[in-house]
Amino acid sequence: MCLAVPGRVVSIDDTSDPLTGLIDFGGVRKQVCLEYVSDVEVGEYVIVHVGFALQRLDEESALASLKLFEELGLLEEEFGDAWRQAAQQAEGSEAR
Amino acid sequence: MRYLDEFNDPELARRLLDEIRATTTRPWALMEVCGGQTHSIIRHGIDQLLPDEVELIHGPGCPVCVTPLECIDKALEIAARPDVIFCSFGDMLRVPGTDRDLFRVRGEGGDVRVVYSPLDALQLARRHPDKQVVFFAIGFETTAPANAMAVHQARRLGLANFTLLVSHVRVPPAIEAIMTAPACRVQGFLAAGHVCSVMGMAEYPELAERHGVPVVVTGFEPLDILEGIRRTVGQLERGEHRVENAYARAVRPDGNPAAIRMIEEVFEVTDRSWRGIGRIPGSGWRLNEAYRDFDAEHRFDVTGIRTEEPAECRAGEVLQGLIKPTDCAAFGTTCTPRTPLGATMVSSEGACAAYHLYRRMSEPARPREEMNPVG
Amino acid sequence: MAEQTVVDPANWSCPAPIRDQPVVVMGHGGGGALSAELIEQIFAPAYGNALLAGLTDSAVLHLGGARLALSTDSYVVRPLFFPGGCLGDLAVNGTVNDLAMSGARPAYLSAAFVLEEGVELTVVERVARAMGAAAETAGVTIATGDTKVVEAGHGDGVYVTTAGVGLVPERVDIRPQRARPGDAVIVSGPIGLHGVAVLSVREGLEFGVEIASDTAPLADLVATMLDVTPDIHVLRDPTRGGLAASLNEIARASGTGVRLAERAIPVPDAVAAACGFLGLDPLYVANEGRLVAFVPPAEAEAVLAAMRAHPQGAGAAVVGECVTEHPGMVVVATGLGGTRVVDLPLGEQLPRIC
Repeated sequence: MCLAVPGRVVSIDDTSDPLTGLIDFGGVRKQVCLEYVSDVEVGEYVIVHVGFALQRLDEESALASLKLFEELGLLEEEFGDAWRQAAQQAEGSEAR
Repeated sequence: MRYLDEFNDPELARRLLDEIRATTTRPWALMEVCGGQTHSIIRHGIDQLLPDEVELIHGPGCPVCVTPLECIDKALEIAARPDVIFCSFGDMLRVPGTDRDLFRVRGEGGDVRVVYSPLDALQLARRHPDKQVVFFAIGFETTAPANAMAVHQARRLGLANFTLLVSHVRVPPAIEAIMTAPACRVQGFLAAGHVCSVMGMAEYPELAERHGVPVVVTGFEPLDILEGIRRTVGQLERGEHRVENAYARAVRPDGNPAAIRMIEEVFEVTDRSWRGIGRIPGSGWRLNEAYRDFDAEHRFDVTGIRTEEPAECRAGEVLQGLIKPTDCAAFGTTCTPRTPLGATMVSSEGACAAYHLYRRMSEPARPREEMNPVG
Repeated sequence: MAEQTVVDPANWSCPAPIRDQPVVVMGHGGGGALSAELIEQIFAPAYGNALLAGLTDSAVLHLGGARLALSTDSYVVRPLFFPGGCLGDLAVNGTVNDLAMSGARPAYLSAAFVLEEGVELTVVERVARAMGAAAETAGVTIATGDTKVVEAGHGDGVYVTTAGVGLVPERVDIRPQRARPGDAVIVSGPIGLHGVAVLSVREGLEFGVEIASDTAPLADLVATMLDVTPDIHVLRDPTRGGLAASLNEIARASGTGVRLAERAIPVPDAVAAACGFLGLDPLYVANEGRLVAFVPPAEAEAVLAAMRAHPQGAGAAVVGECVTEHPGMVVVATGLGGTRVVDLPLGEQLPRIC
């Protein structure tokens, strides 16, 4: 839940305990606890909630999602209504 | 890749919306159980862009709003003590207890401070050894690793003046409670992405199977929410009920094992009351035996506080999607954003507050119709 | 099945209401609904005159054949010094701007200090020097003043109250009641800089950001706009409560609606980022050197061009229009094509976690 925002790891303070690092949120910088993503490297993106990095962001997955959204549109544009109707019929027949 | 603007692209949003429209053949009621998602839906006006058949029910996903009255009253009593610095996330300050809120306690001389992170509260404890520093540890699974780390550090450092007032809640038991309630209308869930960033997805297949509902782990940007809806509606139209991950960039199937280990080190599962809803078995966390000394309820002996919530409003039914806010007799009369009866009228994302705003735009139509852009 | 149910909606209950509080809370000074109630329920009835009814930042008085604008404001900010300015800048620019929002040419200011016992004199001196410099920039004279001291622990170091007077040019009639459907809504530059700059150095929230408060005098910009046309309908400086509060006040006072286009609103990246991670809405964040203008459509282009040619209006943009629909309400067309209502904030905006 909850407000968590992506940020880029600028630096890691290896001597800190718990592990902390400086995160850049598009021009805003804040010291953040990295203890839960302790293998993160400078330049990677993490998702941060109340001062804690909760997870590393996976660029490959992000790009795959965006590509999927693009292709949704392409299928629409190429096949238009015919594709839409076919899809509806196919899905309709699968439903109970 | 900045992981923000890319997922707020109007053209891709239009494509997702087209796809949702093309797929939807009949009415479906989906619930998001996440204040952050509700916020994003309202902020971007996503609910008005969906086909009429797709209804979004804003579930009990705001940790601030579901924190029980009893716990808030305990917070108010502790915060009013002269030896205490009471630290809280900002949005807890305005939530009403029985007869006042934390703002009022501050107005009456209490040392109440807003912090960004529980570690900031820990710092305050180190800087003020003569004061008792209490952190109001509320939140869902997302916030638990942060609060767990703070108390873990306090124990390591032997800080005798730092405690947590814990009111943690867990999503899966809430979904279970919603699905087993009579007259439940929810047909699919958008699972909260950041809860799953921490906990992973292991708790959901059983829920999806037992109740026959699709559960789609969903992110927070507009495209993420639309994709969560697209996948849920797709499953419903095909008669499926699986757990899917529509937020793979931030959610791994096993979550964040280090964070889960810390939660287990510090907390234990307990029954928890949800404000406006009632007691849900196993739906919360409290500090375990090893951390009992860091539990504010024990240190300040507020265990005796018991509050009865008057059954005046029907927020619980609204949160479940059983009734519309306008079905409540108190709506807009005795209950307004200025004088809320229930949590759903307190925050701007609350279903009642949102209805109240949109109803002012053009009475007496339904919100979705009212919200269509003019021209 | 019923026995297994752990949640019985029939027995679901709800929190008790928190009714009007008998004590002052921070929200009463937040520039939102609570502030408005304080004025409407306590101050206006107590003072009882028609001038107050306008609820404007400065009153326009007829005195000795002239139209005089009068305004006063108290300044409290923590910390006293922040990126881009300090309490002293706000105390001068804030009152200068309140006068300018009625179209007046500010002339004279008074300054009253409430000092806390124990505050270093160098702090007082820095604030005073900042006020002198700001007055010079704004072209006003600080003509009189006062000083009181309160015991240690009874103040945040330094509070300043300024009052100001200025003359309103002929044919100028600027007040919120004059907003008309069709008016272009123009902001003079990027929003949210002051609020974010102050938050960035506030204890408990500190974050690094390379932006400074926008605190600046706007009287010269207003004069430039009035040179294009004296028929500017409304001016407001969106300070506490941000653009959202100002626009709601205008919509309510004039009985019109305001429709904004989200993508047209100039929000600097760093402000958007800070708001993103604190959970704030830039529309509610304070500005100290911006104005919002309601301008008749025929004059909008020329006024905008004049603003952009002025240093204080270089980032000016048309962000929306005044409409007949949804009177008293402000609505934003979101980037995705949806709409959302931007309500008057209740009190101060708080960082949120969900």
